[in-house]
Amino acid sequence: MHYGHKHLLAIEGLHPPEIAHLLDLAESYVLLNRSGKTQRDLLRGRTLINLFFEDSTRTRTSFELAGKRLGADVINMSVSTSSVNKGETLLDTATTLNAMRCDLLVVRHNQSGAPNLLAQKVASSVINAGDGTHEHPTQALLDALTLRRRKGSLEGLLVAICGDVLHSRVARSNIHLLTTMGSRVRVVGPPTLIPASVANLGVEIHHDMESGLAGADVVMMLRLQRERMQGGLVPSEREYFRFFGLDRAKLAGAKQDAIVMHPGPMNRGVEIDSAVADDPVRSVIGTQVEMGVAVRMAVLDTLSRQALRNA
Amino acid sequence: MPDLLLENVRLLDPAANLDQHGGLLVRDGRIADFGANLGRPDGVGTLDGGGAILCPGLVDMRASLGEPGYEYRETIASAAEAAAAGGITTLAALPDSRPAIDDPALVRLMRSRGEETGSLTILPYAALTRGCRGEELAEIGLLREAGAVAFTDGQHAVGNARLMRLALSYASGFGALIIQHPEDPALAAGGAATEGEQATRLGLPGIPAVAEAMLVARDIRLARLTGSRLHFAHVSTAETLELIRRAKAEGLAVTCDTAPPYFDLNETAIGDFRTYAKLSPPLRAEADRLAICAGLADGTIDAIASDHQPRDADDKRLPFALASPGGAGLATLLGVTLAQVHGNGLLLARALELLTSGPAAVLGAEAGRLARGAPADLCLFDPERAWQVEAGKLAGKAQNTPFDNRALEGKVLGTWKAGKRVFG
Repeated sequence: MHYGHKHLLAIEGLHPPEIAHLLDLAESYVLLNRSGKTQRDLLRGRTLINLFFEDSTRTRTSFELAGKRLGADVINMSVSTSSVNKGETLLDTATTLNAMRCDLLVVRHNQSGAPNLLAQKVASSVINAGDGTHEHPTQALLDALTLRRRKGSLEGLLVAICGDVLHSRVARSNIHLLTTMGSRVRVVGPPTLIPASVANLGVEIHHDMESGLAGADVVMMLRLQRERMQGGLVPSEREYFRFFGLDRAKLAGAKQDAIVMHPGPMNRGVEIDSAVADDPVRSVIGTQVEMGVAVRMAVLDTLSRQALRNA
Repeated sequence: MPDLLLENVRLLDPAANLDQHGGLLVRDGRIADFGANLGRPDGVGTLDGGGAILCPGLVDMRASLGEPGYEYRETIASAAEAAAAGGITTLAALPDSRPAIDDPALVRLMRSRGEETGSLTILPYAALTRGCRGEELAEIGLLREAGAVAFTDGQHAVGNARLMRLALSYASGFGALIIQHPEDPALAAGGAATEGEQATRLGLPGIPAVAEAMLVARDIRLARLTGSRLHFAHVSTAETLELIRRAKAEGLAVTCDTAPPYFDLNETAIGDFRTYAKLSPPLRAEADRLAICAGLADGTIDAIASDHQPRDADDKRLPFALASPGGAGLATLLGVTLAQVHGNGLLLARALELLTSGPAAVLGAEAGRLARGAPADLCLFDPERAWQVEAGKLAGKAQNTPFDNRALEGKVLGTWKAGKRVFG
C-alpha cells in the first residue's frame, strides 16, 4: 500500500495503511539515524523550502535536518506575518516558489487552511508543519512513532490529551491519527478549552484530570498559550496549574507504566511540573524530538517518490 | 418604446391568485391588460412566450452593490446586468458602502443611479446609525423624506440594546422600518464559521448559532416595548424562526427574510476551506437548513432576498478566517429558490410570492404585482430549463457564488423594465 496523496496537509482523511506505511518507513530511519549513516542520494538535487510564517525552532530544525540527511538542498524562508497584506504575501510567495522550482514545500502558518490554499497554487508537494488551530500532521506521526516503539501498538491504547484542546492543532492531528489507528482517546480540560462537538471526532470528554487520567496508558500534555489567559478562557496560571497542570499526584491516577508526552515548548509550572517533565522513566519528551527527524525523513521520502511516480 | 403583446405565457401573480394561460399587453411601458383571450391591437408587436411563466419582475430586498466605495467588486451597472439576468427589476440596496448612505443627498443619488441603469429600480436603505458605526442615530426623518425605504446598518448588527431601543422608538414615530442583521456582535467576534463539528475539524474559530436567536429574542422584546416595526434579515436558524413565529402570532409587526444559501446549503459547504462558502451569517447545521425550508412554506418567512455580497478573487483567496464573507446571489436567486419547488414540495406560487409581493409588502413598495396600469416590470422564465452555475460565467462582475457547479432547473428567458426588454 502506497501513500496516495501528493501533499501531507492533514491526518484527517488518511487511511490506516497509509499511516502505518509512514510509521514503518520512519522506523527504518530511526535505525539509520542511530547508526550515524545518511542516505544523501535519495533527495539529491531536490529543493526543500521551509516556509515559516510563524516562529518555530524545533519543527523547522527538524525538517531541515531531515532534508539534509536525505541529501536535499534545504532553504529556510521566514516570512513575517505582521504585514497587513498577509493573503497577498501568501499567494505572491506561491508564485515566487513556483519560479524557484521548489520540490518540497514545508509550511507553517498561523491561519488554519493556509497550506491547503498554497497547495492549490504551487507545483511542489506541500507538507503542513502546523496551520493555525487546524492540524500538525508530522507532530501526530512522531507522537505515534514514539508510542508505537514504547507500547508496541497503538491499538487499544488509552490516550488522554490534556489542556488547551480548543486551540491545539497537535490535538486535532493526534485525535484523528489515534482514533484511526484504534486507540481510545480522551480529551481533558476546562470546558472553555474543549472544542464544540469534539465528541463527534470519536473522543471522550473529561473536565477533571482525575477521571480523565484514570487508567490512561499515555498522558499527552498540550501547551497553554499565555494569551488564553488574557482572553478570559482561564482565570489565572496558578488556577490552571492547580486543576490541569500535570504533577506527580495527578499522574498517579494513570496506569503504573503510563508515559508522558508534550509537543514542546513546555510551560513548566503551567501545564506541566518539572518533576514530571524531567522524569526519565515516565517522560518521553526527549524521544519525541528524535522521532521527529525520522518521521519527517519518512514523509519527505514518501512524497518525493510519489512526485516521481506522478511525473 | 414599442408596445408589445406577450402571448402564450402562463400568467402568474401570487398576490392576485392569478395562474392562467394567456397573454399580457404592454403599452407605454405599463401593463395595459392581461388575461386569457387578449386580442392583438393593430401595430403591436408580439412575442410568443412558448408557454413559459410570466410573473412580476422579482423584488430583491437585500443586496450590496459595490458602489460607492467598492467598485473593484461590483458597480451599479454590473449589478444591474446581473439583476436583469436574474429576473430582478427592483432591488433594495444596503447602505454600508464607502461612504455609508447616511445623508439625504446620498439616498437621492442611489435612487437616481438606479434610474440611470434603465433596468433596475434601486430602493435605497439608509444607515440606521451614522456611518453604520453603531454609535449615534442617523437622521431617520430626513433620510426617509429623501426616499430611504428602511433603516439598517447592513452587515453590522446594532449590538447595543440601549441604542437599538432608541432607534426603534424614534423610528416608530415616522412609521419607519428597521432592519437588523441578527447576530450578537460580542458572541460572533472573531468567528469564521458556525461553532460545531465542522468548525472544530477545520480548526476555525466558531460563532455559536445562538448568537442569532439571542439578538432576535432581545429585539423582539424591544419591538414590543416600543411598538415599532422590525425586520430581521437573512435568518438562518431554527431557533430564530421559532421566536419570529411566536412574535407574529402575538401580533407584533415583526417580519424576516432569508437567502438561498440558508435553505440550499449547510455548513459542510465550507469543507476543504472553501472561502466562497464563507458567508455572514455563516452556513448552519442541516437541522437549521431544514427549519428554514419549513419557514418558507409555512409563512414565517416573508421574503427571499439574494443577499448579494460582491467580492473579488483577492477578497476570497485567503486563509479561511481572513477571507471576506459574502456571496454573489443576483443571477442565482430564482434558480436556487425553484430548487425548493422541484425538490422539496414548496408551492410555485408561494416561491414567487417570496420573491415578488412578499418583499414588496415588507418595504411598502409599489412593485411585485401584475396590475393594470402598473409599470411593466416582468420576468419570463422556464421553470424546467436546466442550467449549471459556473463561477466566472455569471452575469455581472462579482463571481463569488457559493453555488459553483450547482445544477439548477429554472432559467430566466427575459426581463422587462417598464416595458423595455433588459435581458434575454
